[in-house]
Amino acid sequence: MTDAAPTASATPEKSSKLRAAARDAGEWLLKVLLSPFVEISALFKLLWEAVFWGIRPPYRGRLFVEAMEFIGIGSIFLVSLTAVFVGGVLALQLVDGFRDFGAENQTGAVIGLALAREVGPVFAALMVTSRAGSAMTTELGSMRVTNQIDALVTMAVNPVQYLVVPRLVAGFVMVPVLTMLFNVVGVAGAFFVAVALLGLDPGVFMDRLKWLVDWDDLSQGLIKAMVFGVAVTLIACRQGFYAKGGAAGVGRATNRAVVQSAIAILMLDYLVTSLVLGEGFF
Amino acid sequence: MKVFRSNLMRLTRPPLPAQVKDDPIHVRIRDVHKNYGDHHVLKGVSLDVYRRKTNLIIGPSGSGKTVLMRQLIRLEKPDSGELLVNDVDFAKLEGLNLAAMRRTFGMVFQMSALFDSMTVFDNVAFPVREHTDLSRNEVRDRVMDRLSALGVAGAAHKLPAELSGGMQKRVAVARAMILESEILIYDEPTTGLDPITTEMVDDLITEAEELFGVTSIVISHDMASVVRIADHLSFLHLGEITATGTPQELLHSEHPATAEFMRASRISLD
Repeated sequence: MTDAAPTASATPEKSSKLRAAARDAGEWLLKVLLSPFVEISALFKLLWEAVFWGIRPPYRGRLFVEAMEFIGIGSIFLVSLTAVFVGGVLALQLVDGFRDFGAENQTGAVIGLALAREVGPVFAALMVTSRAGSAMTTELGSMRVTNQIDALVTMAVNPVQYLVVPRLVAGFVMVPVLTMLFNVVGVAGAFFVAVALLGLDPGVFMDRLKWLVDWDDLSQGLIKAMVFGVAVTLIACRQGFYAKGGAAGVGRATNRAVVQSAIAILMLDYLVTSLVLGEGFF
Repeated sequence: MKVFRSNLMRLTRPPLPAQVKDDPIHVRIRDVHKNYGDHHVLKGVSLDVYRRKTNLIIGPSGSGKTVLMRQLIRLEKPDSGELLVNDVDFAKLEGLNLAAMRRTFGMVFQMSALFDSMTVFDNVAFPVREHTDLSRNEVRDRVMDRLSALGVAGAAHKLPAELSGGMQKRVAVARAMILESEILIYDEPTTGLDPITTEMVDDLITEAEELFGVTSIVISHDMASVVRIADHLSFLHLGEITATGTPQELLHSEHPATAEFMRASRISLD
């Protein structure tokens, strides 16, 4: 009987530890499962605040111009550089593939269609994310952790109106502009590779491109670009605006912003495509 | 409270009645509570802030000083309690009324919180450009006047990163005072500064009070500064005000935590 006593007292202790561990694991799992919804609701809340403050004066034109310059003008080189190589590699692959069944004349048409509808908006948005999105998160995050955003509040200046609205508008306007640039430079890159390096007829290349690609294809790409422009700037601003934990916290926020933006671009791409085409829903 | 607006972008405070201007108590903090989840940080804080005096709120780290400051300037909303500023309950204001009332306060943050992408001049001019219709020349005159009064006019075209800690504090005070706020709040203004710069910042607080006739609220745990500048002192311990009075009175407080803090700081008024 005396030997059994420690066992009897240890068993409830062990089972209570197990219960606590199971509860912790359950809470962790629930948190992980709910986190995407929490994040999306936070994004919509910030978007709502931006719309609310965006339609109210004062309208600070200088900040809009600066944001457009940073997102748009500052991304021209990167977008052009990637467009040349994306167009070039598309031409290489398509000419090589189409030659197997004598359809290489369709290269210009397919490249034009792919760039206008998909590749242009997706790549332009990804480039804006990598260059401007990460920089926006870092800038706003640094402002948050050094109390500069609090300072704006204490000076009776709404920080969403001052910091977020100009960036969102710039994303909405400039990503479509960059998409058009990507399309033009991408076609030029493809034309050079297909015609100058692989010997395709230039007239046929451009004729098939003009024959297949019309305004509907371009507008589909531009609608996507506007959606992506808002999404990537919103994610970048949300992560920076609510960053915490000093320099390390700003680094984590920047990392989250880039990953979330890339995922959002690809998910929204499918969503907008199915909405525009009217098919592909579950 | 009614907000006076010349248009939607210019928020101005209503004029104060004479009896409020003469009230020696500028801010009445009454039974303010603040929780973060299960953590009860402020447990019914009540204290008075005296008009045109230097009021210090001191206490050990983790006592809730910064949380109290964030409620006072409404960076956060208290769970309950009153923040009566000129007899208006700041805790209950929202939207444009809150924004207008914020102009009563100027805030000097611990790390100054100057906008690092702007020059010193633009930092100080920022509130004026946001809230007034002054011409470019008038803005320049007002900003240079403040910078000269605080001895940093020579740094007008420098970036904050090019200034020493003490100079950054001066610029932060100039920015906080540019709209002629009635109350200046300093959050741990001397933390991390060397003794000479600490003394300079203490002088600056007294100087700002004399130059601009403001009420100063200083959140600190630096007892050397307390002795130098405090007119009135409140001791915050574990989210409650445990002692209040002149520095002399607090040095002789019988409250155990207050007495222990005073003893550990090895400060005497002699």
